[in-house]
Amino acid sequence: MELQTYLLLSAVTFIIGVVGVLARRNAIIVFMSIELMLNSVNLTLVAFSAYLGDVTGQMLVFFVMTVAAAEAAIGLAIIIALFRNKQTVNLDDINILKW
Amino acid sequence: METLVADIWRSTPLVLLTLVGLIALLVEGSGKGRAAAVYWISLVGTIASFVLSFLSLNTEEAAFNDMILQGGYAAFFGMIFTASAFGTLILSRSYLRRLHTERGEFYVLIVFAAIGMMLMASAIDLIILFLGIEVMSICLYVLVGFLRTKLTANESALKYFLLGAFTTGFLLYGIALIYGTVGSTSFRAISAAFPAVSNQPLFLLGAAMLVIAFSFKVAAVPFHMWAPDVYEGAPTPITAFMSTGTKAAAFAAFVGVFLGAFQIAGSKLSEVIALAAAASMIIGNVVAISQSNLKRMLAYSSIAHAGYMLSGISAANREGETGILFYLATYTLMNLGAFGVLSWVEQKDDTKLTFDDYAGFSAQQPFLAALLSIFLFSLAGIPPFAGFFGKYYVFLAAVKADLTWLAIIGVLTSVVSVYYYLRLVMMMYFQPGGATVEEPPAQMAFIAVTCAAILVVLFGIYPSLIVDLTKEFLNI
Repeated sequence: MELQTYLLLSAVTFIIGVVGVLARRNAIIVFMSIELMLNSVNLTLVAFSAYLGDVTGQMLVFFVMTVAAAEAAIGLAIIIALFRNKQTVNLDDINILKW
Repeated sequence: METLVADIWRSTPLVLLTLVGLIALLVEGSGKGRAAAVYWISLVGTIASFVLSFLSLNTEEAAFNDMILQGGYAAFFGMIFTASAFGTLILSRSYLRRLHTERGEFYVLIVFAAIGMMLMASAIDLIILFLGIEVMSICLYVLVGFLRTKLTANESALKYFLLGAFTTGFLLYGIALIYGTVGSTSFRAISAAFPAVSNQPLFLLGAAMLVIAFSFKVAAVPFHMWAPDVYEGAPTPITAFMSTGTKAAAFAAFVGVFLGAFQIAGSKLSEVIALAAAASMIIGNVVAISQSNLKRMLAYSSIAHAGYMLSGISAANREGETGILFYLATYTLMNLGAFGVLSWVEQKDDTKLTFDDYAGFSAQQPFLAALLSIFLFSLAGIPPFAGFFGKYYVFLAAVKADLTWLAIIGVLTSVVSVYYYLRLVMMMYFQPGGATVEEPPAQMAFIAVTCAAILVVLFGIYPSLIVDLTKEFLNI
Protein backbone atom coordinates (compact mmCIF):
# COMPACT_ATOMS: atom_id res chain seq x y z
CA MET A 1 0.00 0.00 0.00
CA GLU A 2 1.20 3.47 -0.74
CA LEU A 3 1.60 6.39 1.60
CA GLN A 4 -1.21 8.28 -0.13
CA THR A 5 -3.78 5.64 0.82
CA TYR A 6 -3.06 6.05 4.49
CA LEU A 7 -2.97 9.81 4.29
CA LEU A 8 -6.29 9.85 2.47
CA LEU A 9 -7.89 7.55 5.03
CA SER A 10 -6.65 9.65 7.94
CA ALA A 11 -7.70 12.90 6.24
CA VAL A 12 -11.21 11.50 5.73
CA THR A 13 -11.38 10.34 9.36
CA PHE A 14 -10.13 13.72 10.52
CA ILE A 15 -12.81 15.52 8.52
CA ILE A 16 -15.50 13.18 9.89
CA GLY A 17 -14.28 14.14 13.37
CA VAL A 18 -14.38 17.88 12.57
CA VAL A 19 -17.89 17.61 11.14
CA GLY A 20 -18.97 15.63 14.20
CA VAL A 21 -17.69 18.36 16.54
CA LEU A 22 -19.44 21.09 14.59
CA ALA A 23 -22.72 19.32 13.86
CA ARG A 24 -23.56 17.21 16.92
CA ARG A 25 -25.08 18.76 20.04
CA ASN A 26 -24.44 16.05 22.61
CA ALA A 27 -21.29 16.85 24.63
CA ILE A 28 -20.28 13.18 24.84
CA ILE A 29 -20.57 12.68 21.09
CA VAL A 30 -18.66 15.90 20.44
CA PHE A 31 -15.96 14.55 22.71
CA MET A 32 -15.91 11.24 20.85
CA SER A 33 -15.50 13.13 17.59
CA ILE A 34 -12.49 14.92 19.05
CA GLU A 35 -10.98 11.54 19.96
CA LEU A 36 -11.57 10.47 16.37
CA MET A 37 -9.61 13.51 15.19
CA LEU A 38 -6.71 12.66 17.50
CA ASN A 39 -6.64 9.07 16.32
CA SER A 40 -6.67 10.06 12.68
CA VAL A 41 -3.61 12.17 13.47
CA ASN A 42 -2.01 9.09 15.01
CA LEU A 43 -2.61 7.21 11.78
CA THR A 44 -0.99 10.03 9.80
CA LEU A 45 2.00 10.00 12.12
CA VAL A 46 2.48 6.26 11.94
CA ALA A 47 2.15 6.30 8.15
CA PHE A 48 4.75 9.04 7.79
CA SER A 49 6.97 7.32 10.31
CA ALA A 50 6.93 4.05 8.37
CA TYR A 51 7.40 5.87 5.07
CA LEU A 52 10.34 7.94 6.29
CA GLY A 53 11.88 5.06 8.24
CA ASP A 54 12.14 7.40 11.21
CA VAL A 55 10.95 6.56 14.70
CA THR A 56 10.05 10.07 15.90
CA GLY A 57 6.52 9.84 14.55
CA GLN A 58 5.78 6.65 16.44
CA MET A 59 7.19 8.17 19.61
CA LEU A 60 4.88 11.13 19.18
CA VAL A 61 1.93 8.74 18.86
CA PHE A 62 2.61 7.44 22.36
CA PHE A 63 2.61 10.98 23.71
CA VAL A 64 -0.65 11.70 21.90
CA MET A 65 -2.27 8.61 23.39
CA THR A 66 -1.15 9.58 26.89
CA VAL A 67 -2.40 13.12 26.52
CA ALA A 68 -5.69 11.91 25.05
CA ALA A 69 -6.19 9.71 28.10
CA ALA A 70 -5.54 12.64 30.44
CA GLU A 71 -7.89 14.81 28.43
CA ALA A 72 -10.59 12.14 28.57
CA ALA A 73 -10.34 12.04 32.36
CA ILE A 74 -10.65 15.80 32.70
CA GLY A 75 -13.31 16.13 30.02
CA LEU A 76 -15.59 13.47 31.47
CA ALA A 77 -15.15 14.99 34.93
CA ILE A 78 -16.24 18.38 33.61
CA ILE A 79 -19.22 16.84 31.84
CA ILE A 80 -20.26 15.01 35.03
CA ALA A 81 -19.95 18.21 37.10
CA LEU A 82 -22.18 19.96 34.60
CA PHE A 83 -24.67 17.10 34.52
CA ARG A 84 -25.00 17.19 38.30
CA ASN A 85 -25.97 20.84 38.19
CA LYS A 86 -28.09 20.91 35.13
CA GLN A 87 -29.19 17.34 34.26
CA THR A 88 -28.29 17.77 30.61
CA VAL A 89 -25.34 17.27 28.29
CA ASN A 90 -26.96 18.96 25.32
CA LEU A 91 -24.81 21.87 24.20
CA ASP A 92 -27.83 23.89 23.06
CA ASP A 93 -29.14 23.97 26.63
CA ILE A 94 -25.86 25.27 27.98
CA ASN A 95 -26.30 28.95 27.32
CA ILE A 96 -26.12 31.16 30.39
CA LEU A 97 -23.01 32.78 29.01
CA LYS A 98 -23.68 34.25 25.62
CA TRP A 99 -21.48 32.86 22.84
CA MET B 1 24.59 9.77 32.63
CA GLU B 2 26.91 12.74 32.71
CA THR B 3 24.98 14.54 29.98
CA LEU B 4 21.75 13.82 31.80
CA VAL B 5 23.05 15.44 34.97
CA ALA B 6 24.40 18.34 32.95
CA ASP B 7 21.07 18.77 31.17
CA ILE B 8 19.14 18.77 34.43
CA TRP B 9 21.62 21.23 35.86
CA ARG B 10 21.12 23.50 32.84
CA SER B 11 17.35 23.45 33.10
CA THR B 12 17.17 24.26 36.80
CA PRO B 13 14.25 26.76 36.60
CA LEU B 14 12.06 24.12 34.97
CA VAL B 15 13.28 21.15 37.02
CA LEU B 16 13.04 23.02 40.29
CA LEU B 17 9.49 24.16 39.65
CA THR B 18 8.50 20.61 38.68
CA LEU B 19 9.97 19.27 41.93
CA VAL B 20 8.19 21.95 43.93
CA GLY B 21 4.92 21.11 42.19
CA LEU B 22 5.32 17.42 43.01
CA ILE B 23 6.25 18.12 46.62
CA ALA B 24 3.25 20.42 46.99
CA LEU B 25 1.03 17.70 45.54
CA LEU B 26 2.37 15.16 48.05
CA VAL B 27 1.88 17.56 50.93
CA GLU B 28 -1.68 18.20 49.82
CA GLY B 29 -2.35 14.48 49.60
CA SER B 30 -0.83 13.69 52.99
CA GLY B 31 -3.77 14.92 55.04
CA LYS B 32 -6.57 17.40 55.47
CA GLY B 33 -6.10 21.11 56.02
CA ARG B 34 -2.79 21.42 54.22
CA ALA B 35 -3.89 24.19 51.86
CA ALA B 36 -1.84 26.87 53.61
CA ALA B 37 1.33 24.77 53.47
CA VAL B 38 0.75 24.03 49.79
CA TYR B 39 0.25 27.73 49.15
CA TRP B 40 3.54 28.70 50.76
CA ILE B 41 5.48 25.91 49.05
CA SER B 42 4.10 26.96 45.66
CA LEU B 43 4.84 30.59 46.34
CA VAL B 44 8.46 29.91 47.31
CA GLY B 45 8.82 27.64 44.27
CA THR B 46 7.71 30.31 41.84
CA ILE B 47 10.00 32.90 43.41
CA ALA B 48 12.98 30.51 43.27
CA SER B 49 12.23 29.63 39.67
CA PHE B 50 11.96 33.33 38.81
CA VAL B 51 15.37 34.03 40.31
CA LEU B 52 16.95 31.03 38.55
CA SER B 53 15.44 32.13 35.24
CA PHE B 54 16.84 35.61 35.76
CA LEU B 55 20.29 34.21 36.50
CA SER B 56 20.30 32.03 33.38
CA LEU B 57 19.23 34.90 31.13
CA ASN B 58 22.62 35.31 29.50
CA THR B 59 23.46 31.67 28.85
CA GLU B 60 21.40 30.20 26.09
CA GLU B 61 21.95 26.54 25.26
CA ALA B 62 20.03 23.49 24.13
CA ALA B 63 19.51 20.55 26.47
CA PHE B 64 18.06 17.03 26.33
CA ASN B 65 19.12 16.18 22.77
CA ASP B 66 17.98 19.47 21.26
CA MET B 67 14.53 19.20 22.75
CA ILE B 68 14.63 22.10 25.18
CA LEU B 69 16.27 25.49 25.07
CA GLN B 70 17.45 26.91 28.35
CA GLY B 71 18.35 30.48 29.22
CA GLY B 72 17.84 33.47 26.97
CA TYR B 73 14.44 33.40 25.28
CA ALA B 74 13.14 30.60 27.51
CA ALA B 75 14.44 32.31 30.64
CA PHE B 76 12.85 35.63 29.71
CA PHE B 77 9.50 33.95 29.30
CA GLY B 78 10.15 31.85 32.38
CA MET B 79 10.33 35.10 34.33
CA ILE B 80 7.00 36.24 32.87
CA PHE B 81 5.28 32.92 33.66
CA THR B 82 6.61 32.61 37.19
CA ALA B 83 5.72 36.24 37.91
CA SER B 84 2.24 35.63 36.55
CA ALA B 85 1.86 32.42 38.58
CA PHE B 86 3.14 34.23 41.67
CA GLY B 87 0.59 37.00 41.28
CA THR B 88 -2.18 34.51 40.60
CA LEU B 89 -1.31 32.48 43.70
CA ILE B 90 -1.45 35.57 45.89
CA LEU B 91 -4.75 36.77 44.41
CA SER B 92 -6.25 33.27 44.60
CA ARG B 93 -5.61 32.89 48.30
CA SER B 94 -7.79 35.76 49.42
CA TYR B 95 -10.34 35.08 46.67
CA LEU B 96 -10.80 31.42 47.63
CA ARG B 97 -10.88 32.20 51.33
CA ARG B 98 -13.63 34.70 50.77
CA LEU B 99 -15.65 32.03 48.96
CA HIS B 100 -14.75 29.40 51.62
CA THR B 101 -13.48 27.02 48.93
CA GLU B 102 -9.77 27.03 49.62
CA ARG B 103 -8.18 23.78 48.47
CA GLY B 104 -4.54 22.92 48.00
CA GLU B 105 -5.06 21.43 44.54
CA PHE B 106 -5.84 24.88 43.21
CA TYR B 107 -2.31 26.11 43.96
CA VAL B 108 -0.70 22.92 42.69
CA LEU B 109 -2.55 23.23 39.40
CA ILE B 110 -1.35 26.81 39.00
CA VAL B 111 2.24 25.63 39.47
CA PHE B 112 1.82 22.79 36.94
CA ALA B 113 0.22 25.17 34.45
CA ALA B 114 3.27 27.42 34.83
CA ILE B 115 5.50 24.39 34.14
CA GLY B 116 3.57 23.73 30.94
CA MET B 117 4.03 27.35 29.93
CA MET B 118 7.77 27.15 30.55
CA LEU B 119 7.93 24.02 28.39
CA MET B 120 6.14 25.89 25.61
CA ALA B 121 8.67 28.72 25.69
CA SER B 122 11.66 26.36 25.96
CA ALA B 123 10.51 24.02 23.21
CA ILE B 124 12.79 23.69 20.21
CA ASP B 125 11.00 20.57 19.07
CA LEU B 126 7.37 20.23 18.09
CA ILE B 127 6.90 17.27 20.45
CA ILE B 128 7.88 19.32 23.49
CA LEU B 129 5.75 22.18 22.21
CA PHE B 130 2.73 19.87 22.07
CA LEU B 131 3.41 18.46 25.53
CA GLY B 132 3.83 21.94 27.00
CA ILE B 133 0.57 23.15 25.50
CA GLU B 134 -1.25 20.12 26.88
CA VAL B 135 0.26 20.29 30.37
CA MET B 136 -0.82 23.91 30.56
CA SER B 137 -4.27 23.41 29.02
CA ILE B 138 -5.26 20.38 31.07
CA CYS B 139 -4.46 22.27 34.29
CA LEU B 140 -6.43 25.26 33.05
CA TYR B 141 -9.52 23.22 32.15
CA VAL B 142 -9.68 22.16 35.78
CA LEU B 143 -8.91 25.60 37.18
CA VAL B 144 -11.59 27.27 35.06
CA GLY B 145 -14.24 24.86 36.35
CA PHE B 146 -12.85 24.72 39.86
CA LEU B 147 -15.95 26.16 41.57
CA ARG B 148 -17.83 23.11 40.44
CA THR B 149 -21.11 23.81 42.17
CA LYS B 150 -21.47 26.97 40.12
CA LEU B 151 -23.26 26.58 36.81
CA THR B 152 -21.37 29.37 35.02
CA ALA B 153 -18.07 27.74 36.02
CA ASN B 154 -19.24 24.36 34.64
CA GLU B 155 -20.34 25.96 31.46
CA SER B 156 -17.19 27.92 30.80
CA ALA B 157 -15.03 24.90 31.68
CA LEU B 158 -16.96 22.73 29.23
CA LYS B 159 -16.71 25.31 26.45
CA TYR B 160 -13.02 25.83 27.07
CA PHE B 161 -12.39 22.11 27.22
CA LEU B 162 -14.29 21.15 24.07
CA LEU B 163 -12.87 23.97 21.99
CA GLY B 164 -9.39 23.47 23.46
CA ALA B 165 -9.39 19.75 22.69
CA PHE B 166 -10.76 20.49 19.22
CA THR B 167 -7.81 22.82 18.59
CA THR B 168 -5.42 20.19 19.89
CA GLY B 169 -6.60 18.05 16.98
CA PHE B 170 -5.63 20.82 14.54
CA LEU B 171 -2.32 21.40 16.27
CA LEU B 172 -1.43 17.72 16.07
CA TYR B 173 -2.51 17.37 12.46
CA GLY B 174 -0.35 20.37 11.65
CA ILE B 175 2.60 18.83 13.48
CA ALA B 176 2.04 15.51 11.69
CA LEU B 177 2.00 17.13 8.24
CA ILE B 178 5.10 19.18 8.96
CA TYR B 179 6.84 16.08 10.27
CA GLY B 180 5.85 14.25 7.11
CA THR B 181 7.22 16.89 4.75
CA VAL B 182 10.37 17.80 6.68
CA GLY B 183 11.13 14.38 8.14
CA SER B 184 11.84 15.78 11.58
CA THR B 185 10.11 17.65 14.36
CA SER B 186 13.12 19.67 15.50
CA PHE B 187 12.99 23.42 14.91
CA ARG B 188 16.53 23.39 13.58
CA ALA B 189 15.72 20.79 10.91
CA ILE B 190 12.49 22.59 9.98
CA SER B 191 14.34 25.88 9.71
CA ALA B 192 16.97 24.32 7.45
CA ALA B 193 14.36 22.65 5.24
CA PHE B 194 12.02 25.64 5.13
CA PRO B 195 13.16 27.22 1.83
CA ALA B 196 12.78 23.87 0.07
CA VAL B 197 9.43 22.80 1.50
CA SER B 198 7.73 26.15 2.01
CA ASN B 199 5.75 25.83 -1.22
CA GLN B 200 4.66 22.23 -0.82
CA PRO B 201 0.90 22.01 -0.31
CA LEU B 202 1.17 19.53 2.57
CA PHE B 203 3.61 21.74 4.43
CA LEU B 204 1.46 24.82 3.89
CA LEU B 205 -1.59 22.91 5.10
CA GLY B 206 0.35 21.91 8.21
CA ALA B 207 1.50 25.48 8.82
CA ALA B 208 -2.07 26.73 8.35
CA MET B 209 -3.26 24.21 10.95
CA LEU B 210 -0.64 25.58 13.35
CA VAL B 211 -1.87 29.12 12.67
CA ILE B 212 -5.39 27.98 13.59
CA ALA B 213 -4.22 26.27 16.77
CA PHE B 214 -2.12 29.21 17.95
CA SER B 215 -4.78 31.74 17.03
CA PHE B 216 -7.13 29.83 19.28
CA LYS B 217 -4.63 29.79 22.13
CA VAL B 218 -3.89 33.51 21.92
CA ALA B 219 -7.63 34.24 21.39
CA ALA B 220 -7.28 35.95 18.01
CA VAL B 221 -10.20 36.52 15.64
CA PRO B 222 -11.78 34.36 14.16
CA PHE B 223 -10.94 31.82 16.89
CA HIS B 224 -11.72 34.10 19.81
CA MET B 225 -15.30 33.06 20.60
CA TRP B 226 -14.36 31.07 23.68
CA ALA B 227 -12.50 33.88 25.43
CA PRO B 228 -15.33 36.11 26.74
CA ASP B 229 -17.34 33.15 28.04
CA VAL B 230 -14.39 31.45 29.68
CA TYR B 231 -13.03 34.69 31.15
CA GLU B 232 -16.43 35.49 32.61
CA GLY B 233 -17.12 32.06 34.12
CA ALA B 234 -13.66 31.34 35.54
CA PRO B 235 -12.64 32.44 39.05
CA THR B 236 -11.26 35.99 38.66
CA PRO B 237 -7.64 35.17 39.62
CA ILE B 238 -7.68 32.40 36.99
CA THR B 239 -9.02 34.87 34.45
CA ALA B 240 -6.02 37.02 35.31
CA PHE B 241 -3.74 33.99 34.88
CA MET B 242 -5.26 33.07 31.53
CA SER B 243 -5.08 36.56 30.12
CA THR B 244 -1.44 36.97 31.18
CA GLY B 245 0.50 33.71 31.58
CA THR B 246 -1.44 31.65 29.08
CA LYS B 247 -1.43 34.40 26.51
CA ALA B 248 2.30 34.96 26.96
CA ALA B 249 2.93 31.21 26.66
CA ALA B 250 0.88 30.95 23.49
CA PHE B 251 2.77 33.89 22.01
CA ALA B 252 6.10 32.41 23.11
CA ALA B 253 5.26 29.26 21.15
CA PHE B 254 3.82 31.23 18.23
CA VAL B 255 6.97 33.35 17.94
CA GLY B 256 9.21 30.32 18.49
CA VAL B 257 7.63 28.39 15.63
CA PHE B 258 6.83 31.15 13.16
CA LEU B 259 9.89 33.35 13.63
CA GLY B 260 12.32 30.70 14.91
CA ALA B 261 11.56 27.57 12.90
CA PHE B 262 9.89 29.19 9.87
CA GLN B 263 11.08 32.28 8.02
CA ILE B 264 7.75 33.84 7.24
CA ALA B 265 8.83 37.38 6.29
CA GLY B 266 6.96 38.45 3.18
CA SER B 267 5.27 35.06 2.70
CA LYS B 268 1.60 34.10 2.43
CA LEU B 269 1.69 32.99 6.07
CA SER B 270 2.68 36.47 7.14
CA GLU B 271 -0.27 37.90 5.18
CA VAL B 272 -2.69 35.49 6.86
CA ILE B 273 -1.37 36.48 10.27
CA ALA B 274 -1.66 40.17 9.35
CA LEU B 275 -5.33 39.66 8.45
CA ALA B 276 -5.99 37.87 11.75
CA ALA B 277 -4.24 40.75 13.55
CA ALA B 278 -6.38 43.37 11.82
CA ALA B 279 -9.60 41.45 12.50
CA SER B 280 -8.67 40.95 16.17
CA MET B 281 -7.93 44.63 16.68
CA ILE B 282 -11.16 45.75 15.05
CA ILE B 283 -13.56 43.17 16.49
CA GLY B 284 -11.95 43.08 19.93
CA ASN B 285 -12.07 46.83 20.40
CA VAL B 286 -15.48 47.45 18.84
CA VAL B 287 -17.27 44.67 20.71
CA ALA B 288 -15.61 45.66 24.00
CA ILE B 289 -17.46 48.99 23.84
CA SER B 290 -20.84 47.31 24.17
CA GLN B 291 -19.94 45.14 27.19
CA SER B 292 -21.32 45.92 30.62
CA ASN B 293 -19.56 43.13 32.53
CA LEU B 294 -15.97 44.15 33.26
CA LYS B 295 -14.55 40.63 32.95
CA ARG B 296 -16.10 40.35 29.48
CA MET B 297 -14.87 43.81 28.60
CA LEU B 298 -11.32 42.85 29.57
CA ALA B 299 -11.74 39.60 27.61
CA TYR B 300 -12.50 41.55 24.43
CA SER B 301 -9.69 43.92 25.27
CA SER B 302 -7.36 40.92 25.54
CA ILE B 303 -8.51 39.84 22.06
CA ALA B 304 -7.58 43.31 20.81
CA HIS B 305 -4.20 43.10 22.52
CA ALA B 306 -3.60 39.74 20.86
CA GLY B 307 -4.21 41.58 17.59
CA TYR B 308 -1.59 44.24 18.40
CA MET B 309 0.96 41.55 19.20
CA LEU B 310 0.10 39.51 16.11
CA SER B 311 1.02 42.51 13.97
CA GLY B 312 4.50 42.15 15.47
CA ILE B 313 4.62 38.50 14.36
CA SER B 314 3.38 39.22 10.85
CA ALA B 315 6.03 41.96 10.52
CA ALA B 316 8.58 39.20 11.22
CA ASN B 317 11.49 41.52 11.92
CA ARG B 318 13.68 42.26 14.89
CA GLU B 319 11.61 45.20 16.06
CA GLY B 320 8.50 43.05 15.94
CA GLU B 321 10.00 40.39 18.14
CA THR B 322 11.40 42.90 20.63
CA GLY B 323 8.00 44.56 20.65
CA ILE B 324 6.16 41.33 21.41
CA LEU B 325 8.53 40.44 24.25
CA PHE B 326 8.23 43.91 25.75
CA TYR B 327 4.49 43.94 25.22
CA LEU B 328 3.98 40.57 26.93
CA ALA B 329 6.12 41.47 29.93
CA THR B 330 4.25 44.72 30.56
CA TYR B 331 0.83 43.39 29.56
CA THR B 332 1.26 40.68 32.20
CA LEU B 333 1.82 43.32 34.86
CA MET B 334 -1.06 45.56 33.90
CA ASN B 335 -3.66 42.87 33.33
CA LEU B 336 -2.74 41.02 36.50
CA GLY B 337 -3.12 44.28 38.39
CA ALA B 338 -6.43 45.20 36.79
CA PHE B 339 -7.94 41.79 37.49
CA GLY B 340 -6.50 41.94 41.00
CA VAL B 341 -8.47 45.09 41.82
CA LEU B 342 -11.54 43.60 40.14
CA SER B 343 -11.28 40.49 42.30
CA TRP B 344 -11.34 42.62 45.47
CA VAL B 345 -14.44 44.54 44.48
CA GLU B 346 -16.24 41.47 43.19
CA GLN B 347 -18.64 39.80 45.60
CA LYS B 348 -20.14 36.35 45.90
CA ASP B 349 -22.38 35.11 43.09
CA ASP B 350 -20.51 37.18 40.53
CA THR B 351 -21.99 40.51 41.52
CA LYS B 352 -20.28 43.92 41.50
CA LEU B 353 -18.68 43.29 38.15
CA THR B 354 -20.33 45.96 36.00
CA PHE B 355 -19.32 49.53 35.21
CA ASP B 356 -22.08 50.94 37.43
CA ASP B 357 -20.73 49.11 40.46
CA TYR B 358 -17.67 51.37 40.35
CA ALA B 359 -19.53 54.68 40.73
CA GLY B 360 -17.87 56.74 43.42
CA PHE B 361 -15.08 54.22 43.98
CA SER B 362 -12.41 56.94 44.18
CA ALA B 363 -14.13 58.67 47.09
CA GLN B 364 -14.28 55.46 49.16
CA GLN B 365 -11.01 53.84 48.10
CA PRO B 366 -8.80 56.56 46.59
CA PHE B 367 -5.66 54.42 46.48
CA LEU B 368 -7.28 51.38 44.86
CA ALA B 369 -9.00 53.64 42.34
CA ALA B 370 -5.65 55.23 41.50
CA LEU B 371 -4.07 51.79 41.03
CA LEU B 372 -6.85 50.62 38.74
CA SER B 373 -6.60 53.87 36.77
CA ILE B 374 -2.88 53.34 36.19
CA PHE B 375 -3.56 49.86 34.79
CA LEU B 376 -6.40 51.12 32.60
CA PHE B 377 -4.37 54.04 31.22
CA SER B 378 -1.56 51.63 30.48
CA LEU B 379 -3.91 49.18 28.73
CA ALA B 380 -5.21 52.07 26.65
CA GLY B 381 -1.63 52.82 25.63
CA ILE B 382 -1.39 56.33 27.02
CA PRO B 383 2.14 57.57 27.79
CA PRO B 384 4.02 57.56 30.12
CA PHE B 385 2.73 54.10 31.02
CA ALA B 386 4.34 50.90 29.76
CA GLY B 387 1.44 49.98 27.47
CA PHE B 388 2.35 52.88 25.20
CA PHE B 389 5.81 51.57 24.34
CA GLY B 390 4.52 48.05 23.71
CA LYS B 391 2.18 49.39 21.06
CA TYR B 392 4.82 51.76 19.72
CA TYR B 393 7.29 48.90 19.11
CA VAL B 394 4.86 46.55 17.38
CA PHE B 395 3.43 49.30 15.15
CA LEU B 396 6.93 50.50 14.32
CA ALA B 397 7.77 46.93 13.32
CA ALA B 398 4.69 46.78 11.10
CA VAL B 399 5.65 50.02 9.34
CA LYS B 400 9.19 48.78 8.77
CA ALA B 401 7.83 45.59 7.21
CA ASP B 402 5.70 47.61 4.74
CA LEU B 403 2.53 46.79 6.62
CA THR B 404 1.62 50.43 7.16
CA TRP B 405 -2.10 49.68 6.75
CA LEU B 406 -1.87 47.33 9.72
CA ALA B 407 -0.22 49.98 11.87
CA ILE B 408 -2.91 52.49 10.86
CA ILE B 409 -5.68 50.07 11.86
CA GLY B 410 -3.81 49.49 15.11
CA VAL B 411 -3.57 53.17 15.97
CA LEU B 412 -7.19 53.88 15.03
CA THR B 413 -8.55 50.95 17.05
CA SER B 414 -6.37 52.00 20.01
CA VAL B 415 -8.21 55.29 19.95
CA VAL B 416 -11.48 53.37 20.09
CA SER B 417 -10.19 51.38 23.05
CA VAL B 418 -9.56 54.56 25.04
CA TYR B 419 -13.33 55.00 25.21
CA TYR B 420 -14.10 51.86 27.19
CA TYR B 421 -11.05 51.99 29.42
CA LEU B 422 -11.64 55.60 30.38
CA ARG B 423 -15.34 54.96 30.86
CA LEU B 424 -14.40 52.97 33.95
CA VAL B 425 -12.05 55.72 35.14
CA MET B 426 -14.87 58.25 34.63
CA MET B 427 -17.19 56.03 36.65
CA MET B 428 -14.76 55.86 39.53
CA TYR B 429 -13.92 59.55 39.65
CA PHE B 430 -16.86 61.54 38.35
CA GLN B 431 -19.99 59.54 39.15
CA PRO B 432 -21.48 59.85 42.61
CA GLY B 433 -22.00 56.51 44.34
CA GLY B 434 -20.80 54.38 47.19
CA ALA B 435 -18.73 51.66 45.49
CA THR B 436 -16.21 50.12 47.86
CA VAL B 437 -14.62 46.80 48.74
CA GLU B 438 -16.37 44.39 51.07
CA GLU B 439 -13.23 43.74 53.09
CA PRO B 440 -9.78 45.26 52.64
CA PRO B 441 -7.53 43.20 50.34
CA ALA B 442 -5.01 40.86 51.94
CA GLN B 443 -1.75 42.63 52.66
CA MET B 444 0.42 40.56 50.34
CA ALA B 445 -1.98 40.85 47.44
CA PHE B 446 -2.14 44.58 48.00
CA ILE B 447 1.64 44.91 47.99
CA ALA B 448 1.93 42.74 44.86
CA VAL B 449 -0.58 44.82 42.91
CA THR B 450 1.05 48.05 44.06
CA CYS B 451 4.42 46.75 42.87
CA ALA B 452 2.85 45.88 39.52
CA ALA B 453 1.59 49.46 39.22
CA ILE B 454 5.02 50.87 40.08
CA LEU B 455 6.65 48.62 37.47
CA VAL B 456 4.10 49.66 34.84
CA VAL B 457 5.12 53.28 35.38
CA LEU B 458 8.82 52.43 35.62
CA PHE B 459 8.88 50.42 32.37
CA GLY B 460 6.90 53.19 30.73
CA ILE B 461 9.57 55.72 31.59
CA TYR B 462 12.56 53.39 31.08
CA PRO B 463 11.49 50.84 28.45
CA SER B 464 15.17 50.07 27.84
CA LEU B 465 15.19 48.11 31.13
CA ILE B 466 13.34 45.30 29.33
CA VAL B 467 14.50 45.94 25.78
CA ASP B 468 18.16 45.59 26.78
CA LEU B 469 17.40 42.23 28.38
CA THR B 470 15.88 40.92 25.15
CA LYS B 471 18.68 42.00 22.80
CA GLU B 472 20.86 38.96 23.37
CA PHE B 473 18.57 36.16 22.36
CA LEU B 474 16.13 37.17 19.65
CA ASN B 475 15.14 34.54 17.11
CA ILE B 476 15.73 36.85 14.18
